[in-house]
Amino acid sequence: MSTRPLFSFFGGVHPPMHKDVSTGQPIDVMPLAERYILPLHQNIGQPAKPVVSVGERVLKGQRIGHAEGYVSVALHAPTSGTIADIGAYPVPHPSGLSDNCIVMTADGADEWTECVALPDYENINPSHLRNIVREAGIVGLGGAGFPSFIKLNPGTHKKIDTLIMNGIECEPYITCDDMLMRERAAEIVAGIRIIRHALQANRVLIAIEDNKPQAIKSIEEAIRGESAMEVVACPTRYPQGSEKQLVEALTGKEIPSEALPLHVGIVVHNVGTAAAVYRAIMLGEPLTSRIITVTGGGVAQPRNVEARIGTVIEDILAHCGGPTAETRKLIMGGPMMGFALHSDRAPVVKTTNCLLAATAEEIPDRGPALPCIRCGACSDACPARLLPQQLFWYAQAKDLDKIQEYNLFDCIECGCCAYVCPSNIPLVHYYRFAKTEIWAREREKEKAELARQRFDFRQTRLEREKAERAARHKKKRDELHSEEPSAAPATETKKAAILAAMERAKKKKDAPRITPANTEALTPQQQQMIEEVEQRRRQSRPNPEQQSAASNGDK
Amino acid sequence: MLTAILALGALALVFGLLLGFAAVRFKVEGDPLVEKIDALLPQTQCGQCGFPGCRPYATAIAKGEADINQCPPGGQTTIVALADLLGRDPKPLNPENGQEKVEKTVAIIREDICIGCTLCIQACPVDAILGAPKQMHTVIEKECTGCELCVAPCPVECIDMIPVKEDIGSWKWKAPPAPATRPRAESDA
Amino acid sequence: MKEYALILLSTVLVNNFVLVKFLGLCPFMGVSKKLETATGMSFATTFVLTLSSACSYLVNEYLLVPLGLEFLRTMTFILVIAVVVQFTEMVMHKHFPLLYNVLGIFLPLITTNCAVLGVALLNIQESHGFVESLLYGFGAAVGFSMVMILFAAMRERIAAADVPLAFRGPAIALVTAGLMSMAFMGFSGLVRV
Repeated sequence: MSTRPLFSFFGGVHPPMHKDVSTGQPIDVMPLAERYILPLHQNIGQPAKPVVSVGERVLKGQRIGHAEGYVSVALHAPTSGTIADIGAYPVPHPSGLSDNCIVMTADGADEWTECVALPDYENINPSHLRNIVREAGIVGLGGAGFPSFIKLNPGTHKKIDTLIMNGIECEPYITCDDMLMRERAAEIVAGIRIIRHALQANRVLIAIEDNKPQAIKSIEEAIRGESAMEVVACPTRYPQGSEKQLVEALTGKEIPSEALPLHVGIVVHNVGTAAAVYRAIMLGEPLTSRIITVTGGGVAQPRNVEARIGTVIEDILAHCGGPTAETRKLIMGGPMMGFALHSDRAPVVKTTNCLLAATAEEIPDRGPALPCIRCGACSDACPARLLPQQLFWYAQAKDLDKIQEYNLFDCIECGCCAYVCPSNIPLVHYYRFAKTEIWAREREKEKAELARQRFDFRQTRLEREKAERAARHKKKRDELHSEEPSAAPATETKKAAILAAMERAKKKKDAPRITPANTEALTPQQQQMIEEVEQRRRQSRPNPEQQSAASNGDK
Repeated sequence: MLTAILALGALALVFGLLLGFAAVRFKVEGDPLVEKIDALLPQTQCGQCGFPGCRPYATAIAKGEADINQCPPGGQTTIVALADLLGRDPKPLNPENGQEKVEKTVAIIREDICIGCTLCIQACPVDAILGAPKQMHTVIEKECTGCELCVAPCPVECIDMIPVKEDIGSWKWKAPPAPATRPRAESDA
Repeated sequence: MKEYALILLSTVLVNNFVLVKFLGLCPFMGVSKKLETATGMSFATTFVLTLSSACSYLVNEYLLVPLGLEFLRTMTFILVIAVVVQFTEMVMHKHFPLLYNVLGIFLPLITTNCAVLGVALLNIQESHGFVESLLYGFGAAVGFSMVMILFAAMRERIAAADVPLAFRGPAIALVTAGLMSMAFMGFSGLVRV
C-alpha cells in the first residue's frame, strides 16, 4: 500500500457495519438443489429471450436465454437438467410480482457444456473480448446489474486513464466482496488484467475500505510485481461504494449530472465482476453462480455462500440454519439500499449480493413519520449534493416537474437522508415513488402520442375514402349521363373483354383440370379406379363448348 | 374648450393609427396554444367531453368555448395540468361528462360470441380492432385506449372492458403515508 | 449622475411601489402563484411602465402644458397607458402566446394598475425631467418585478409546504406579503437625505 493523496466526497454517514457477523467462516459452496428458477430479466436493460423449450435437456453453462437488444446479456443454465417450465414465477423485486422465468429441474449429474477458454486474451480483439463477456452473461455484480461488456468499451472519444476496481463494499452487513478478495485474490487480479487490457487503461486503483485489512493484505500480495496496479485503502464511510462517490474520493474528480465516469476517463468495475470475467475468458465458464452473504440474526450460521443463480432463497436460508423464529423481515441487499422480499420462494439473481434475515432489534421499527422540522441534516448527508427536503416536499405534492428541476434523477437512493432524518420520514420511499410516477407518466405520454397518430391517420383515411366514394359516384353519374355518345366504344371494349375471357376459359378447359399428385407408383387397381372416376366425370358434365356458349347466351 | 376637444381628438387619432398599424404588424395566424393543450390530453379520443376527439376539445379550450374539467379519462391529473398551463384554478371533473375511471382498462372481444359485424371496427377511433366482415375480430391491446366506444355498437355484447394488469415494468411505488402534519392537534383536542 | 442613481435606488428599494407605497397590489397577489407567470408579468409591466412613463411625460410637457389643458391630465394619461398596454398585448399575443394566455385578464388590467398611473402622476408632482421620468418609471418597474418574482418564488415553496389548515391559500399569501413589506421598511434608512 503506497501513500497517495486521498480526496473525499460530500456527505455520507457512518452506520454500524455488522460485518463480522458473516466473516467468521470461509465461503461455503451450496450443494446442488433440485430446482432452479431463472428470471429472464436480471440486468438493467432488455430481458433475455428464451432459446430453449420446455422438456429440453440442457447442460451446465449452456445458453438458455439470448441477449435481446444492445443493453442485455445472455442467461445460462446453472446445472445440467431439463427445462420444467417457462412462465411467470415470483422474482425478487420490491413489488412482489411475478415475472417470466425459466424453471429447470436438475438431473444431479452437473455436467458442463463445452467451455472454450481463451488464455491468450492479449492477442484477441477487444471487441471480440467484449462479446465473450456479453455472451457469458456478466453484469455488474456490485448490485445494480448493468451489463459489464458496455463498460469494457472505452469508446472512441477518450482514452481511459484510470480503471477503478470497486472493493469498497460500504453497506452494512454485506461481506461477499470482502470474502471473495480474501479467498480468491488471484482470480480477481487475473480478471483485472483482462479488463485493463480491454480498456487499455493506464493504471488500476483497487479501492478497499480500511475496515477490511485481510482483504487489503490478500490483494496486495496478489498484485506484487504489478507496476500499474495499486491498492488504495479508503477511510470507511457510506456510500463510498457508489460509483460517482468513489471516483470523487479517489481522484477528486466530480462527475457531472447525467454523465458517466467514462467522460472523465475513468471506468469503475466491481471486484466480483473481475472474478467473473476471469472465469469467462480464462476458463470459458459463463456466469452461473455468485457469492452471497447470508447474514442477520435470523440465520443460525451467518456466512457467505457460493450459490448458483436461480437457487430458491428458501433453500439458501435453510442451508444457513434459517429463518429462525426471530426473523422479522427478509431483505435482499443491505439495510440501507435493500428491499424487503415478499416471498422466500423467489430465486437469487445475478445482482443478489446479500440476504439479510433481520430480527426486530436489527431493523427497529422507527415509528410513524413526524413532520419535517427543516433541520437540514438530510442536505448535509446527501452524497449527491441534492436538497432532500425540497425533493420531499415536491414528491409529497406530486409536483413531478419541479422535482425534476431539483435533479431527482441524480439521487442514488443511498438512504443517507432517511438515515439521519430525526423525524423518521421515509425519504427514499418518496423519491422512488416520484421516480416511478415520472416513468409512468412518460409511458402514458408515449401511448397518448401513438393514439394521437393513429387517430389522425384514421381521420385522413376516412376523409380519403369519402372523397374516393364521392369521386366514384360522380364518375358513375357522369357515365350514365354520357352513355349515348360513348355507347359504341363501350360495347366494343365489352365484346373484346368477353372474347378474351372465352379464350382464357377455353385454355383452362383444354388443360387438365386437376394436376394429379402422388401418382408416381400406382398399383394397377388404383389406376383402374382413377380411370373409372374420370369416366364418370366426363359423363356427368356437358360438353365444355356447349356450356360456354350457353353462358354467353344468358348474357 | 375647443382646444381640449381638438387636442384629445388629435391624440386619439395618432394612437388609433399606431394601434391599427400594430394590429396588422402583429397579426396572429392560428393558435399555437392548441398544440400545448392537445399534448396534455390523454388522446383516448373517446368524445366524452362532447367534442369529436381530443384535438377539437383542445381547440375549444383555447378559444374559451369549453371548460378544462370535461375530460373523464384524464381525470383530475389532466385538469390540474391544464389549470397549470392556463393559469386557472383546478376544479373537479364535470359529472355531466362522466366519472373518472379508477383504473385503466382495455377492450377485449369474446371471440366465441363475435359474429364479425365490423360495427366495433367502425367505432374504434384509433383503429385498434382487427377483423373483416364475417370474420372474428380482435383488439390490439397495445393500441387500445380504453375509450369504450366499441362497447355500445356491438349487437351481441361480446366486448368487455378489462382492467390492465400491473406487471413489473409498469409497477409503481405507492405513495408513502403522509407524515402526521399536526401532532399537536391530538393534545389540543 | 448621482441623482439618477438615487432615483433608481429609491424606487427599487426605499420607496418600493408594491411593498412601501402599496400600489399595484392586484397583479402582485393575482399572478404570483407561479414563478414563470410572475416573471412574464414582470417583464410586461416593466415594458408598459417605462414606456408609459416616458410617453405621459411627453404628452404632458408638449401637449397639455402648452395648451393649458392640465385639467385633462388624468384622462389623457389613462389614454396613453391604455394604448401602451394594447400595444404590449398585441406584441405578446404574437410572440409569447402561452404567456399571453396565462396572464389572461391581468394583461389588460395593467391599464388599471394603479402603479402605472401612479408613476405618471408622481412624475408630474415631483416635476421630473424626461430622463428622470424614464428612470423613475423604469425603477418602479424593476422594484415591482423584484418583489413580484421574490413573492412568486416564496409562494411556490409555500404551495408544497405543510401550512396549517386555517392559513392555507390567500391567508398565508397575505401574511407573507405583510412580512415582506415589513422587511422592506428596513430600507427606509438606506439613503440619508
